[in-house]
Amino acid sequence: MKAIGIILAGGNSARMRELSNKRAIAAMPVAGSYRSIDFALSNMTNSGIRKVAVLTQYNSRSLHEHLSSSKWWDFGRKQGGLYTFAPTMTTDNSFWYRGTLDAIYQNADFLRECHEPYVIIASGDGVYKLDYNKVLNSHIESGADITIVVRNADDKEDISRFGAVSVDGSGRVVAFEEKSSRTASRLISTGVYVIRRRLLLELCEAAIQNDQYDFVRGVLIQYADTKKIMTYMMDTYWSNIASVESYYKTNMDFLKKDVRDFFFKVHPDVYSKVDDLPPAKYNPNAVVKNSLVASGTIVNGCVENSIIFKKVYVGDNCIIKNSIILNDVHIGDNTYIENCIVEAHGSIQAGQHIVGSPDDIKIVVERKDDRYI
Amino acid sequence: MIKKEMIAMLLAGGQGSRLGVLTSAVAKPAVGFGGKYSIIDFPLSNCINSGVDTVGVLTQYQPLRLNTHIGIGIPWDLDRNVGGVSILPPYEKSTNAEWYTGTANAIFQNLRFMEYYNPEYVLVLGGDHIYKMDYEEMLNYHKKNNADITLATIQVPWEEASRFGVVITDDKMRISEFEEKPKNPRSNLASMGIYIFTWKVLKEALLALQDQEGCDFGKHIIPYCHNRGDRVFAYEFKGYWKDVGTLGSYWAANMELIDMVPVFDLYDEFWKIYTKSDIIRPQYIADNAVVHRAIIGEGTEVYGEVHNSVIGAGVTIEEGAVVKDSIIMKNSVIGAGTYLEKAIIAENVVIGANCRIGVGEEVPNELQPKIYGDGLVTVGEDTVIPEGVVVGKNTVISGGTCADDYINGILPGGGSLIKAGDRR
Repeated sequence: MKAIGIILAGGNSARMRELSNKRAIAAMPVAGSYRSIDFALSNMTNSGIRKVAVLTQYNSRSLHEHLSSSKWWDFGRKQGGLYTFAPTMTTDNSFWYRGTLDAIYQNADFLRECHEPYVIIASGDGVYKLDYNKVLNSHIESGADITIVVRNADDKEDISRFGAVSVDGSGRVVAFEEKSSRTASRLISTGVYVIRRRLLLELCEAAIQNDQYDFVRGVLIQYADTKKIMTYMMDTYWSNIASVESYYKTNMDFLKKDVRDFFFKVHPDVYSKVDDLPPAKYNPNAVVKNSLVASGTIVNGCVENSIIFKKVYVGDNCIIKNSIILNDVHIGDNTYIENCIVEAHGSIQAGQHIVGSPDDIKIVVERKDDRYI
Repeated sequence: MIKKEMIAMLLAGGQGSRLGVLTSAVAKPAVGFGGKYSIIDFPLSNCINSGVDTVGVLTQYQPLRLNTHIGIGIPWDLDRNVGGVSILPPYEKSTNAEWYTGTANAIFQNLRFMEYYNPEYVLVLGGDHIYKMDYEEMLNYHKKNNADITLATIQVPWEEASRFGVVITDDKMRISEFEEKPKNPRSNLASMGIYIFTWKVLKEALLALQDQEGCDFGKHIIPYCHNRGDRVFAYEFKGYWKDVGTLGSYWAANMELIDMVPVFDLYDEFWKIYTKSDIIRPQYIADNAVVHRAIIGEGTEVYGEVHNSVIGAGVTIEEGAVVKDSIIMKNSVIGAGTYLEKAIIAENVVIGANCRIGVGEEVPNELQPKIYGDGLVTVGEDTVIPEGVVVGKNTVISGGTCADDYINGILPGGGSLIKAGDRR
């Protein structure tokens, strides 16, 4: 393989509200059976990349636990493997990762010791399927210094939290604007980049010297004029989950047949840590409509237009509508839940009435230990 | 130095011919069970949960699916630097080459495998029962009794005792007599086919009886040891233990899992059952679907109705289809508008639209009434059933059948339709 992978998974976002209290965004459960980072990791392994570094920082316990064995993504290898790099203190550096570029720079030794000529940089919060080889080939063919994977935003999509790219007729970037609502361009960066390893090291060093710690600002915006930055157009499903609204929408997208078929039935598969849970069980009064249900779940009540993650218990006469119930939640009898995201490992007491609105999804955080009292 | 206190030898070479077409292309231990498992997952999970990390799996009959299922043992944490799981098929030797001719002969042929691990004890297991058992507890019992052999036993109803090999013990549970399928049983303590041997005793007995044709534990080794005065004890197991050797018992054991509080609890955190899961995605239950008393495996999509059934992973139940009292294994498709009752559908079966399967009067199966009974329809793996056909009860279908195979579109009750070699 000609490339190594770097997955940026250290981030936090206030847009995730209470959901980020528990874990890094890259560890957010997605689509019933997965974690957000599984998509980037599966893309890496499915693209034949053998060596992947995951850079973690914020609230990383849950993410590290998920990555504790690399065998699920086939990275348990002598050649290459999966590395998780959290910030460490050294004699000449005691900083946290001050930004994405700093995170890469603090692990420059890893980059120096690799022999693969290219680096594929991805983030841990994208839900998509992409063969990085195609991006790499386009990068090599176009003779680019950096290639950015971009997509056309949907008409209604709020793109203010993405980087917007303006290109010329050849697909070359002429301007890169970060998180701006002023831009006219609907072409947005997916946060996937290809760059030559030596060039990355060089640009990192130069940027750090100038106290630039962010990859977008320190590299993409800085060199938009002077380096040849090309775009690779992605036209299949892509979603970034880093806000409550988009997290909710992304999960709900899996209720659509075309999205489900694209991720679940088209080769290659998406992999995740295997949990050894029994099949889902539907007891006599269960009524389930248009919902995804993961394994280990027991349903007694009614579930509609919802995503039920692993090991959830839905009590008698419950009604769950348009909601996301994360892993290992116990929902007591006669509970009504609508337009909510119920945080993992919680226990909802019987008889509660918890309702959000479609425009303002309610996040429900309950402690688990109540169940054992 | 390599040393394992106890290693397990799991006999997985049998066909299980009473399961009919379910085992026509796979060994019985590889047959699916309970929505996502294979039968062999139960003894393998018991091993690792009991701290036995070295397991030899003896295969002979149709081992391919077992081989891919077990692989290097990752799902059971049996991928080890020393020990772990090893698949042991019969092999050619310089002096002779023979199949495994009996349970003990199979173990004898792998004497050097066992010697390599230098064990104190050897646990001999079958691969065809559904149960959770702590073999460590049984080993402690074996040690406490200073036993040479310990047999796991279970109390069976007296009226069924004559179907089993039963043991008669003294008050210290030392076995004084064996009775194989006795007409008038004097005990209802039946042997489960699970033995712990002190390694020296086993080795000696295997060598002494190496020329015995079809050397078998129940028929030869244990009587031999017992007759020479070895200390043979019965360990009484008090949990759930289910033989799934016939289609009727296989169907019933699956159906028990959907009870409100099943006797056999798969949701137990402290004794998990592990399996190779190549489908991990969630299942989808559509808008017009009805799911009423069922367990359903990963990745299955239900657009029709499911009542009282055990559905495996990756299954599709199309719009308007009705599945009742049935078992459907991995990756099968039930066509739109098809009605299915009391059927066992193996892996990768495709049933066309608007069929009526498992309907009409009960007529004994014309070919093998002892195998295809209980009013069940049994459909072998990779079978194709064309649309619009009617299939009666006590029937069996296997192979890529087409409309011409069904006279007037009907396979009457008791009929058999086996197109050998006609695989997709």
